[in-house]
Amino acid sequence: MARLTPENLGTAQAIIARYPRPRSALVPLCHLAQEQDGYLSEDAMEHIAELLGTTPAEVYGTASFYEMFKLHPVGKYLVGVCTNISCMLNGAYELVAHAEQKLGVKLGGTTPDGLFTLEEMECLAACTIAPCVQVNYRYEGNVTPSDFDSLVDSLRAGTKHGVPPHGTLSTVRQMPTNRWADSGRQELHAP
Amino acid sequence: MTVREIPRIVSARWDTDDAHTLRGYLATGGYEGLRKALSMAPADVVAEVTGATVQGRGGAGFPAGNKWKFLDDKGFPRWIVVNGDESEPGTYKDRIIMERDPHMVIEGALITAYACKASQVFLYVRGEMALAQERIATALNDAYAADYIGKKILDTEWSVDVTLHWGAGAYIVGDETALLESLEGNRGMPRPKPPFFPAALGLYLQPTIVNNVETLSNVPWIMVNGAEAFAAIGSEKSNGTRLIAVSGHVNRPGTYEVECGVVTFRDLLYDASLGGGIRGGRDLKAFIPGGGSSPWFFEEHLDLPLEASVVGPAGSMLGSGAVVAMDDTTDMVRACWRLVRFYAKESCGKCTPCREGTAWLETILARILDGHGRPEDLALLVDVGDNISPGPFPGPSIEPGGAPFAPFPYKKTTICDLGPSVVSPLMSALRRFRHEFEAYIASGVGPEVIASA
Repeated sequence: MARLTPENLGTAQAIIARYPRPRSALVPLCHLAQEQDGYLSEDAMEHIAELLGTTPAEVYGTASFYEMFKLHPVGKYLVGVCTNISCMLNGAYELVAHAEQKLGVKLGGTTPDGLFTLEEMECLAACTIAPCVQVNYRYEGNVTPSDFDSLVDSLRAGTKHGVPPHGTLSTVRQMPTNRWADSGRQELHAP
Repeated sequence: MTVREIPRIVSARWDTDDAHTLRGYLATGGYEGLRKALSMAPADVVAEVTGATVQGRGGAGFPAGNKWKFLDDKGFPRWIVVNGDESEPGTYKDRIIMERDPHMVIEGALITAYACKASQVFLYVRGEMALAQERIATALNDAYAADYIGKKILDTEWSVDVTLHWGAGAYIVGDETALLESLEGNRGMPRPKPPFFPAALGLYLQPTIVNNVETLSNVPWIMVNGAEAFAAIGSEKSNGTRLIAVSGHVNRPGTYEVECGVVTFRDLLYDASLGGGIRGGRDLKAFIPGGGSSPWFFEEHLDLPLEASVVGPAGSMLGSGAVVAMDDTTDMVRACWRLVRFYAKESCGKCTPCREGTAWLETILARILDGHGRPEDLALLVDVGDNISPGPFPGPSIEPGGAPFAPFPYKKTTICDLGPSVVSPLMSALRRFRHEFEAYIASGVGPEVIASA
């Protein structure tokens, strides 16, 4: 898709300024680009490389290591079913089978209308509400097949609140106004 | 009955609705520990925390204060990194702290930064935890605005910055050196130790302290109440409390704050105020005592206390504080396969024995499950496991006089502990439930059908 928009470019520069070395902002900037486009595009990775003074290959090499960066378009809602041990003990694989049937796609597939991508997830740190499902990294706990149906139906109908489109991770950004570093921090030594 | 009333240290504010806001935090004694720390010399803060002996809550169990002491008088700038990349199967505690009490994590990190004379703190939060990131970002913005972070905080001469960093989905980043690689904008692959001990060669090859979220959350309480009060809780060897996530086939899955070294696994699984017994009144078949990487425990281990020096020689570890119960209906081959599959998927690929070994273990287990197992597969599984963690895999038979916290460190042919972790579920299941594997293999089709596998 596209390079970062002027607005996101400003955000990107604020993020880079937060780190002692620009390269550290690589993962956060990939999140920003994914938030803009819904996935991490090649143009965006090139732009990030320019901003960080590195090569597109370095950005791609890092981004492709991480599970959350989607290098191809995915559905508006990324539906992830955890199947790790605690969820498995509580019926996660049965839930996966049901989800595949409900959405009409296999694990990893995207529905033809581009709304849902179904994924299998690793332990989501929500074992006490197993089996657990995440929609764009927002939790749904103790999900039964009928819960899953109503979840999908409400997402389709647009009546489910609090789930931004795929790519938007945190809806709150760190925006400190009183940073020490901004006030001309020179002395990086012991107080 | 070993479950007694104790002060809640890290879960104290979990029942308060607005504890995640600055106002709610201040109303419940928030930032008092920081004020007290700032009135002391950094060395005295280190001494106080060392006196309390907070064993690391992330998995390796290394005491927090001792870690800080590895910093020498030279080497600036130095950094504090908070490890919030909680992804160990079964573990569910750091996320809940970050969601319900983000200021406590920040306060603990600030005190640590002051004690270690660090100039910047990085809060590394796992990518999949959107709510935790939102709560921490809000908390940071509020704390900056209220002068708890930034330039010359709280009318002192001390300044510090705190940066929230988003992870992007990689279990291996929970290893401290892999986390630093990730924070530098690279693939999260662990660095060899030695020489890359973070306290000497950490972030940007400068001195760095990496502590777990729960570990640091104890620090404000210790500053306010003193090391002695902290040491009074728990047993002689393990001080304070621990958060334990109980899940699987129990009646009351949840995250409970319990006393270190006193509460037993039986209490955790069966006590009415904790796990509440096995679901449906069934029998316990096995349980995972410390997250997916720990060797399994069984009925006969139920009365062991949550004490590293007891659990270690018994053949497992407390790890990250996750207990997963499996009842007598559980298919152990499948449970073993699922955990092995996790490590196969999450292996970063840096070390050959782990990259190749985990994948082969998963393949072999999958074919056994699919009814294509071969009689020689069981010996093959052990052999592949032996290539990752050589020698008899840590068990009760560990040589007398050996490491008191066995099985850590595992014997390994890999840089980090992810490799040997795959051997834990494998050897646990193979040793105890060999007959289940044999039954799968006996009922499968002949090996000629899958000669190409």
